[in-house]
Amino acid sequence: MMILKMKKEDLSAFLESIKDWGELWGPTKKGEKVAFDKVDSLSQMDLKATRTIIPPKKFLYPPRFTMFDFDENGYVERTGDVPKRILFGIHPCDVHGILIMDKLFLETYKDPYYAERREKTLLLGHSCIPDDKCMCFATDTDFVAEGFDLFFTDLKMFYLVWVGSSRGHDLVRMRPDLFSRDLQKDDILNYTEYRKWKTSQFKAEVDFTGMPDVFELAYDSPVWDELAEKCLSCGQCSMVCPTCNCYNVVDDVELGSIEGTRDRYWDSCMFREYSLVAGGHNFREKRADRLKLWYTHKLQAYIGEFGEPACVGCGRCVSTCPVDINVATVSKALKEQEVGK
Amino acid sequence: MKKLCVVLDDREVEDNPYQPDMWRIVRRYPLTKDVNFYQARPVDMDEALRMSYLPGQFIMASIIGEGEAPFSISSTPSRPGILEFCIRKAGTLTETLFGMKENQTIGIRGPYGNGFPMDKMEGKDIMIIAGGLGAAPLRSLLLYILDNRDKFGKLTYLHGARTPDEMLFREEFMQLKERDDLKCLLTVDKDDTGKWTEKVGVVTNLFKELGPIDAENTFVAVCGPPIMYKFVLQHLVKLGIPKHQILMTLERRMKCGVGMCGHCAIEYLYTCIDGPVFTYWDVLHMKEIIGRGVSDKVIA
Repeated sequence: MMILKMKKEDLSAFLESIKDWGELWGPTKKGEKVAFDKVDSLSQMDLKATRTIIPPKKFLYPPRFTMFDFDENGYVERTGDVPKRILFGIHPCDVHGILIMDKLFLETYKDPYYAERREKTLLLGHSCIPDDKCMCFATDTDFVAEGFDLFFTDLKMFYLVWVGSSRGHDLVRMRPDLFSRDLQKDDILNYTEYRKWKTSQFKAEVDFTGMPDVFELAYDSPVWDELAEKCLSCGQCSMVCPTCNCYNVVDDVELGSIEGTRDRYWDSCMFREYSLVAGGHNFREKRADRLKLWYTHKLQAYIGEFGEPACVGCGRCVSTCPVDINVATVSKALKEQEVGK
Repeated sequence: MKKLCVVLDDREVEDNPYQPDMWRIVRRYPLTKDVNFYQARPVDMDEALRMSYLPGQFIMASIIGEGEAPFSISSTPSRPGILEFCIRKAGTLTETLFGMKENQTIGIRGPYGNGFPMDKMEGKDIMIIAGGLGAAPLRSLLLYILDNRDKFGKLTYLHGARTPDEMLFREEFMQLKERDDLKCLLTVDKDDTGKWTEKVGVVTNLFKELGPIDAENTFVAVCGPPIMYKFVLQHLVKLGIPKHQILMTLERRMKCGVGMCGHCAIEYLYTCIDGPVFTYWDVLHMKEIIGRGVSDKVIA
């Protein structure tokens, strides 16, 4: 790990210099919300914003894309039409989300579509100011040590810049004049202070300790039915979750033709058709069963498999769910055996 | 720094795991009123020799313009070069496939899934219990064992169907009764033909015919409708077959076959890579399944 120092006023010049590598994307204001958008310069970005509506997974794994073109002779892989992008302003929770996606899409079998986009995307992280919905302190994802190319921590007077990959180092080498390794005692104290300050900023009341056991004990709890009464099965939680990776595949064909495309698009286990098989049997007919799958996956099953939750505490389910079902309210309801208002 | 591409199996790194290869249907005939039997061969002959699989594994089959779905393999890897599978009309994709004829091509990728643990089953007595369409994946196991007969102990095949006309591979299994290296017991719920020479009644009635069983030394493979599991498992546990030696193959919705699309998840397991073959001991821990197909009464 290499940590460098950069003057805050130099960031704009640095981003200008690296734009040759690919399109620059960053968080921008959209009314009251924030979304990643293509930008020309730092001035168009909103670095104080907390969470974007959709996590950066959409760049590595688009909501809908074509996997194959087909005709009567067979299926031809569609790759190669992906632009090179630099994503600036990714927060630690979202980098952790991408690390979980890496595990799903690049280990065991390699997903060529994800791999191509991952390769053509540079991740430039940026420190953040927690709000009342941030829960990364509870999922141990409030700081990040890997997964990014560069990570900028704003220490008011200057940036500390983590170099996380060889490609990140290449970016630094495009403007070596803007970085220094001259780290003084005060810089170190400044950083320790920053960590203490960030940790003190969290306001959300959430505690995921012991959740795998609580899930096991509460498997048949009526709390699930009460939650299901409220749930609309709209699937927004999956769309905004940085670790939701489920997808559906459809063949799109022109009427009266046998040429077409095989497309892949985001799916949600909250949808009724999710576990439906040919012949009409549905393995998760009840809404409670589908809710249970979603939350069991995030806070029990994944922990059993990988030792950490598949929740990065980004707070998007908190800010998105229209009926207030989210990792915080569900874990609280299961622990207290009562669904809050 | 995390490595970007880790491949744990021996697949080539550059392979697209979703790429279907084109296969030609070389033989097709009806097994029952609504189930057709297919034999397919790769258009590219080199592919035919490369394809290897285990009994219990499955393929993803694509019909141009219709989509893709998982199907179990009915042929045995001990007779390479050709794949056999059974298609029942169940939805739009199988409806189209059902109507396809010899010389038409379909896309196939795979094989996927764990398959039956053949290395553990070697040297053991084997009991295979099929109900209805469950015969499709179990035929692969049965033929594999018959082709490697000296590697296994006693072999018993039990098969139940609703009526004689609905029994998959009826003629083939009737012929197996002539062989002296396995016990083949067939039954139907109801004989509406008047010509049925075998048993009538549910598949569990056949347990009476089994004779002495060396339970500790027996592996059982079961596949059939949920209601059959319920009663068969009760009997097997009573017979003293260890729960980790009772093998079941599960069906789930699948879009990828490689543990990525999420649909076949059962708690922390994916049916496509951790299954579709699970032991009864595994299944007892799947709370989603207990109380559905498999009753909790079986636990007691």
